[in-house]
Parts: sequence; structure tokens; C-alpha cells
Amino acid sequence: MRKRDWFHRGKWMLMAAMATLLLAGCDNRYLVLNPKGPVAETEYRLIVLSAVLCAAVVIPVLALLAFIIYRYRDKPDNKAPYKPDWAHSTTLEVVWWGIPIVIIAILGYFTARTTFALVKPPVTDATPITIQVTSLDWKWLFTYPDQKVATVNYVEIPAGVPVQFVLTSDAPMNSFWVPQLGGQEYTMPGMAMRLWLQADHPGEYFGQGANFTGKGFAHMQFKVIAKPQAEFEAWAQNVRKTAPAMTKEDYTALAKPGLSETRTYSSYPEGLFEEIVKKNGGQEHDHSMNHDGMTHTP
Amino acid sequence: MEMFEEIKSFASTFFVTGDPLIYGADVAIVMTMLAIVFVLTYYKKWGWLWREWLTTVDHKKIGIMYLIASLLMLFRGGVDALLMRLQLAMPDVHFLHSEHYNAIFTTHGTIMILFMAMPMMFALFNIVVPLQIGARDVAYPFLNALSFWLFFFGAMLFNLSFVIGGSPDSGWLAYPPLSELSSSPGVGQNFYIWGIQISGIGSLATGINFLVTILKMRAPGMKLMQMPLFSWSVLSSCVMIIFAFPILTVTLALLFIDRFTGAHFFTLDGGGNPMMYVNLIWMWGHPEVYIVVIPAFGIYSEIVSTFSKKTIFGYKSMVFSMMIISVLSFFTWVHHFFTMGAGADVNTFFAISTMAIGIPTGVKVFNWLFTMFRGRIQMKQPMLWTLAFIPCFVVGGATGVMLAVAPADYQYHNSYFLIAHFHQVLIGGVVFGYLAGIYYWWPKMFGFKLDERLGKWGFWFWNIGFYVCFMPQYALGFMGMTRRVYTYGWDMGWAPLNFVSTVGAFLMGIGFIFQVWQIAYSIKHGERDLTGDPWNGRTLEWSIPSPAPLYNFAVLPQVNSMDAWWEKKQQMQQGEVKQEPVKLEPIHMPKNSAIPFVMSFFWFIAGFGFTFLWVWMAVAGLIGVGICLLVRSFQYDTDYYISVDEIRRTEKALGRAV
Amino acid sequence: MAQAHAAAHHDHPHDHHDQESLKIMGFWIFLVTDCILFASLFATYVVLRTHTAGGPAGHELFEVPGFVAETFILLTSSYTSGLATLAMHKGNTKALIGWLIVTALLGAAFIGLEISEFANMVHEGATIATSAFLSAFYTLVGTHGLHVSLGLVWMTAIMIQLARRGITPVTHRKVFTVTLYWHFLDVVWIFLFTVVYLMGVM
Repeated sequence: MRKRDWFHRGKWMLMAAMATLLLAGCDNRYLVLNPKGPVAETEYRLIVLSAVLCAAVVIPVLALLAFIIYRYRDKPDNKAPYKPDWAHSTTLEVVWWGIPIVIIAILGYFTARTTFALVKPPVTDATPITIQVTSLDWKWLFTYPDQKVATVNYVEIPAGVPVQFVLTSDAPMNSFWVPQLGGQEYTMPGMAMRLWLQADHPGEYFGQGANFTGKGFAHMQFKVIAKPQAEFEAWAQNVRKTAPAMTKEDYTALAKPGLSETRTYSSYPEGLFEEIVKKNGGQEHDHSMNHDGMTHTP
Repeated sequence: MEMFEEIKSFASTFFVTGDPLIYGADVAIVMTMLAIVFVLTYYKKWGWLWREWLTTVDHKKIGIMYLIASLLMLFRGGVDALLMRLQLAMPDVHFLHSEHYNAIFTTHGTIMILFMAMPMMFALFNIVVPLQIGARDVAYPFLNALSFWLFFFGAMLFNLSFVIGGSPDSGWLAYPPLSELSSSPGVGQNFYIWGIQISGIGSLATGINFLVTILKMRAPGMKLMQMPLFSWSVLSSCVMIIFAFPILTVTLALLFIDRFTGAHFFTLDGGGNPMMYVNLIWMWGHPEVYIVVIPAFGIYSEIVSTFSKKTIFGYKSMVFSMMIISVLSFFTWVHHFFTMGAGADVNTFFAISTMAIGIPTGVKVFNWLFTMFRGRIQMKQPMLWTLAFIPCFVVGGATGVMLAVAPADYQYHNSYFLIAHFHQVLIGGVVFGYLAGIYYWWPKMFGFKLDERLGKWGFWFWNIGFYVCFMPQYALGFMGMTRRVYTYGWDMGWAPLNFVSTVGAFLMGIGFIFQVWQIAYSIKHGERDLTGDPWNGRTLEWSIPSPAPLYNFAVLPQVNSMDAWWEKKQQMQQGEVKQEPVKLEPIHMPKNSAIPFVMSFFWFIAGFGFTFLWVWMAVAGLIGVGICLLVRSFQYDTDYYISVDEIRRTEKALGRAV
Repeated sequence: MAQAHAAAHHDHPHDHHDQESLKIMGFWIFLVTDCILFASLFATYVVLRTHTAGGPAGHELFEVPGFVAETFILLTSSYTSGLATLAMHKGNTKALIGWLIVTALLGAAFIGLEISEFANMVHEGATIATSAFLSAFYTLVGTHGLHVSLGLVWMTAIMIQLARRGITPVTHRKVFTVTLYWHFLDVVWIFLFTVVYLMGVM
């Protein structure tokens, strides 16, 4: 309860610090400041906390600067003291080595705590699902190992359920980012990285590639569509019945550099994702496949 | 006929074609070159150019050449920036197509850091350090000239890609596999590698040169802890250069070996590891940003003290904090890719080490503030830029601390929030600092001050433009706009802020135009400096005439305290110093040499050969380099003495009694 | 004028002395940068040494007699370069040049062996483009070999200067730096021998 208070106050102070920015802060165009899931929410709180701590130093320093410039300006009638040889004060030095150390210590503590916390899935009663993500030149392929379907340039997830995205690339390294659900993580060739995200409510969320990959990079956007669990299952079932299957040849064609519309497939070649990881050097660092969590050692 | 066709097809791939912007640039380049050739021939200045500049080993002239080159590069990098901002001003603009935009942001970044910031920094190293520590030249004047020409030809090679062969377009740090042959088959990437590689050798040599200069060539009596803070900052920067630049050399060499021989360091197949490149390049890249910013801190320290008419506050803390920063800078590189997911423990370590850099930096800010406290602040141009730097850098530093929070960085990474942050510290910290330094030491270089009125116009355009340009970019980051997108749609709501940002960029461009005008105007009308000490300075460079004579100091000064010149002025006022007749001695000086220029030219030939994979040309260039080295090794007649008579004549002409 | 010059030279022997000691200091710092260069290459090699991508591994390629011979030759050359320095301290120009020639010949033999080792490996189909491991191997060992080769050219140039001018403060400094460089390469080789070859065949 108290903590909530704290964050509300923090939010207010952040607004004070970055007035121009946050006049529009509640504006829903500010995706990062409008979290729609627990991971993005945690990161948002940390953003607010760090902004408040920084503002606590920055604002007094700026005020002090303005005061000093005004008071000690070089005008003949200026009566402020002038001490040209005053160049040392142990007390003052201790104070300003101390202030940043304390601030960094507080921030460091929260950073460490959150970094370790985000490795674990968000806490809910729901059973997590896994979706595999492959970044291609210049499109996103999503394969659903449980539902056995595949989609291109959009992904459907059940709302209120932790989703473990397993990320790789069959092209230069990209980064998978859905700002309203949580921070990004690199999609790296030969690696299978894990990123936990969760949407609290049904809705459509904007996602994009965040790491430059060449000519078509600017067009690598996708939609994340969150639906109630039952609707999600119904959607998958419908896809399995109505959509075309993806063959190996289809994948090869898809992986060629170029843009793509959204696509839906009722199935994909068995073990496609694992094969992609393996062929791009996955065999050299096998152990990377077995880690859990948002972050892990390659 | 067939031959003609062959030549035509060669030319159409060799020269960049099909873009009116580039044809325009072609014409401009040819016209400029013709104009230069004409002027030099008409006024019979070729010999002068060769004797006085191209073969000089004088640190002051080398500094001026660095300065001119870096201002030209600032112009080119700035034009790149304006083109990008035009493209992004509105959604769905078709001014630049994707590949062109990608090339432009790549060259913008590379040029601004490596071919603008670095040489501008070296300009100030060269112009100031020997004068400030009371030395007659740097430790290795020949090597110093070589460093400059390597930088110059490296930069030329890089810039040549604009009109020949095609520009690099995989980002300023060229992450593989995007920069590998598989994704970037053109020669642009080779231009990038060799342009940086050649100038990088020069930078490394400069690092060694100035470290030895500072350690070994200080005026008699000057202890390290009495050294001016700018010289301390150069020392700190040089130590970082020495430890960081070899990593860059290796990284680029490995990338080139991949591209040239089909090796597998960073490829997708064959067991290559692209993540290793990202680690290596940032092991250089992070210290690199401190390499350029620490000397700016040194400049601010000099200026704050001079224009507050007060001793710098907390000198020992200032020295200590610079040293801490230079050590810590080697332990933060992973914060450039927290999202690579190196594990919670690794990310936590690098998050905290990064935040820790904020501590000594914060201390420096407080010390600058308290140098002004109880001083008398004079609003001269160098001080204006320094005062503008403090709020800009404090806010930029704060957003840097925010970025260091690893889990939050998952939301900022690769977004415009990051872009805004590093422009704020690099422009607000580095560029403002170097501009302040240029205004401050300009009279020492050229013997006249830069016009205040035009300078103030430039200053306000730059400053207002800066905030108008970059503050909206923080907001765009929160809106989810990622860096390096060449266009965006109407649906995202990014349009208004992008438009504002573009306006700000052009305001900064106008600021730059005012500065060019200011220089041109001041050459004729600027206030002449006849005293050698136009700002009532504190350090030794102000004790000699402006511009300094070839040998700098007719008699090496004896130093007993910090701010040696200030101290001496105080004593003179109190009449404590008796003018004793000094005994002049012949001064040992290095002879000019053509080898640095010629050897760097051969490096250029070799680099060009490697770029187009014309092995014969590369080998020929390298053989030329080798011959130059051998010729130098066999030269023994490399120095001479300036006679006492000549020193006396020179000093007299400068109005100094000896 | 010329006389004045000569006189001036006589007056300032310390100038020369200072110049030479400055250059030696600079060379030490250059060696620091070279250390970092090799450290980066070693790090790369250590990361990639298991990345054979289906190609041959170290124990299939490295021939013990070959790299042991290279090691002995290079270590011996380091010793003979030390003998050259001793001769220089005694002022014996002939012995100095003699030992430098021996050092250079040993260096050339080392390079010869290395080239034949590389040629054999390439002949067996293990080229720089075969795997990441081999890319790192050729680059690391090749960079050391390139350093040794450049050292040979440099040493030869110094021998000619010694023959022409004898031992002067300048040639003294040059011999000192080139032997320092040579010892440095020897130390690098000991690391190479351990990390690349011994760990490779074990």
C-alpha cells in the first residue's frame, strides 16, 4: 500500500521533471509509459524510480548553477564575496562524493533485484505457453510448438497467461520488442533466447524489430493480438482447419530477403525452429538451448 | 568498341551513379579541387604549402591542420544529419530511399566520432599540451606528423566511398553478420574498415606520443600534481587510447579477414560468432566515448577557473575522478547490449559499474560549480559554452544513469531515448567542450580573438536548436520509435515530435553557419592579441607570445606551483620578481620531413587496393610503406639547432626582451 | 655556420641522450599496445577453439616435432639476441653483428618452419575458411609470424647501420629496441605454444 503511494508520488515528480514530455504522459501514444502487462509494469516502475532519483540530484544542481551564475557574475557593483584562492573544503568534498554514492547504491539495489526477478516468469495461476520467434530478412515468423500452427508478422497470445517467447534469427541479429508488454531482447542466429511477456487484457499491441538489419528493417512491424484463452484455442483450431500448411520450400522462400504480408499456416515442418538454431551455429553453443528465463548465458 | 563498353560498365560500378545528390556532390568536389589548384598555382603557393604545412613536424601547425580537417568533417557529418532529419520530418517521406538513408546514418556516426571528434581533440592536444607543460615540442615530432597524415588519408579514403564504389551502410559499428560479405557484398564496408584502420594507427601513435610528452617533457620543476587539468585529462585520455585502440585494430582486421579470405570469425556458418564482434567492438567503443569526453572535461576545468578568476576547486578530486573514470570505462562495455541477455549476474555487474561512473562525473560537476562559487564569472565565449555544457551534461548524464538500469534498458534500448541520450552527452559534453576550447585557445593559435557578437548568435542557435532537436527524441523513445528506421507511418503518432526535432536540427545548422561567418569575419576584424595573454590566463601557454614562436619557449620556465603563470603574475605585481638577464642557449629542433605525408599516401593506396580487392595495388602500397620506414631508419640527419642570434632576433620581433 | 653547428652538437650531448631514452620509453608503451593486440587475438582464439564446424581439430592437425622445433629455435634466437646485447655493452661491433646475424638466421628458420607447417595444413584441406577455429588459429599464429618477419627486416636494416656507423648512442638504442622486440615475441610465442599447441594436442 505504502509502496503504491510511493510510486504515485514518483510519477508526479517525474512529471514535474520532464514536464513537456509528460504533459502527454497519459496519452496512449507513449507506449512505454502505458504498460499492459506485469513485465512492462515492473520496468515502468523502475523507469519512474530512476527518473525520480536522478531528478533529485539534477534539479538542485540546476538551481544551484542558476544561483551561482547570478550571484557571482562579474559586475563592478557585485557585493558577493570574492575569494580567488578558496579551492578546498574537505567537508564539501565528502558531501558530494557521498550524495552520488548513496543515490547509486539505492538505484543499484533496485536494479539488481529487478534484473534477477525478471528472469522468472510473471506470477499467475495460468500455465505458461511457449511461442517461438524467428526474425527473417525482413519479417517475423512465429511458430507455436503446442498449437502446431505458424504465423508471419502477427502473433496471437492468450491474455493473462505468461508467454515464453523463444527467440532466434535466420538473418542478421534483430531485436524483438513489444513496448506495452515488456522490454526487448535480441534475436540472435544460432541462439535460442528466452523472453517472458504477458498481456493482462485482451487487445492489440504494437511490436517491432528494434535492431537494424538492413534495407527492409523499417518495415519489420508486427501485431500482438491477445485474446481470452478459450478464444485463442478456438483461433488455433480454426487455423489448423482452414489455413495452408508450410512446407520446407515455403520456409526457404519466406526466408529470402524481402517484405511479406501477414500469413497464417496450419502447420510447419517438424523441428523447424531447432533446425534454424542449429544451422546458424547452434551446435557450437548447445548449452544455450537449455537455460530458462528472460536472460541467460550464451 | 567492346573496350569502350567494358570501360563504361566498370565506370558505372566504380562510381556511384543514379542519385542527383551524389552528382551534385561530384560536381562540388571537382569544382572545389579545381579552385584550390587554381589559387595555389596563381599565387605560386605550392612550394609554401609543401614546405610550411605538408612536411611540417611543428605541433602547432599539425594542430591547425587537425582543426581544419575536423571542421570540414563536422560539416559533412552535419549535412548527413540534416538529410536524415529531412527524411524523418514527416511520415512516409520519399526524399531518401532506404539504402541511401542507411548509408547516411552510418557515415554520420562514423564521421562524427572518428573523423570529427577525434581530430578536433587531437587538434587541441597538439596546440595546447606542449605549451601548457612548458615543452618545445612533443616527444616524437616526426611520429606526430605521421599520425596526422594517417588520420587525414584514412578520412579521405572513408569519404571517397561517397562518390566511388558506394558508402558503407550497416551502422557506425558495423555489426556482423550484417557487415559480412553475405549481407554487405559491396565495397562500402571495406572503405569503412580501411578508412578507420589507417586513421586508427595514427590515433594509437598519438596516444603514445602525448603520454610520453606529458610524463617526460614537463618544464623543470613541474610536478604531476601541479600540472594543468587539461594536460591531466589528455594523460587520462591517452592511457585509454593505448589500452582501447589495439582492440579496434584487431576487431576490424578480423572482420576484413572474414570478408577477404572467407574466414569464419563472425559469420553465421562455419562456427563463427557474431556476438564476439559486438563484445570486441564495444570493448573499444565504450572507452572511446570517454577518450573524447575526458579532454573536454579538462577544457572546462581550465575555462571555469580562468573566467571565474579563481583557482580550480578540488584539484586533487578532479585528477582522481578522471583517473577513476578512465579505469571504470573498461568495465562497462556490456551495457551497450544488456538485451543480448548475458545473464542476470553479468547484467547486474555492468549496470552497477556503469552507474558508478556517474559518481566521479557528478563530483566533477560539483567542483566546477564551486570553482565559480565566490568567484567572478565573466561571460566570454569560452565560458558561455562551458555554462551551457553543465545543464546539458547533467541531464544527459542523468538519462545515462537511467539507461544503466538494466531491466529498464530493455525498454530504452535501440530507441530514440538512447539516441537523445548519447547526442546530449556527445554534443553537450564533447562538442560544446571542444568549441569552448577552440574559442579559448584561438588567440594562441592565430593571434586574434573570434568576434563576440557573431559568436553569441552561433551560440544561441546551437543551444536552442539542440534542445528543440533532442528533447522530443526522448519522448519519441517512450513512444516506441526505434533508431535507424528510414520512414514511419501516420498511425504511430510520431509525426509532430519528429517535425519539431527536424526544426531543431536546422537551428543548429544555422548556428554552424554563424560560426563559419564569425571565423571569416574575425580574420579581418577580430580583436588582435598583442600581449599573448588575452584572457588573463593562469597556465604557461599564456606566458608566451600569440602565436607562439617555432621553439615555443626561448627559455624553459621554472615551475614551482600550480597555475604557474598566474603565480608569476601575482609575484610581478608585488614586485617580487627581478628581471634577471637570462642566458639563451641554442635550441634543438626536429627537421621537417616528407616521409609522413608520403608514407600515409602509400597507406591510402594500400587501403584503396584492399577495398577493391586489387591485391597488386594493396601490395604496391604496402611496399611503399615499407620503403618509407626503411628510408627513415637510415636517416641520421634529422634535427638541427636554432642559434642564439636567431632566437634573440625572433623574440625581439615579438616584442619580448631577452 | 657549419662550425657553429658542430660546436652546438658538442655542447649538448645530453640532448641526444634524452632523445634516445625518450624513444625507448615510447617503445615500451608500443609493446603494451602490442600486448593488448595479442591479448585480443588470444581471447578470440579461446572463444573459437572448439568451433571446428565439422572440420579438423587441433589434435588432428598439429605435429608435435614441428612446433617443438619452432619453439626451440625461437627460444635460442632470443638467447643469441641477448648475447648480441652483451657484445654491444663490451663495445665489440663485430661480435654484435655476428650474433645478430645468428639471431636473424634462427628467426628465418622459424619462419620457414611455420610456412611449411601452414602449407601442410592447407594441403590437407585445413584452410582459414574451413572453420572458425582455423580462422582464429591462422590469424593468431600468422600475426605472430608477421611480427617476426617484420623484425627480421628491421634487424637487417640495423645490422647495415651498425656496419656503417659502429656503436653510437643511436645505433645502441636501435639494437636495444630490436632485441626488446625480439624477446617480447618470444614471450608471446610461449603463450602461443601453451594455449594453441599444447592445449590443442592434449
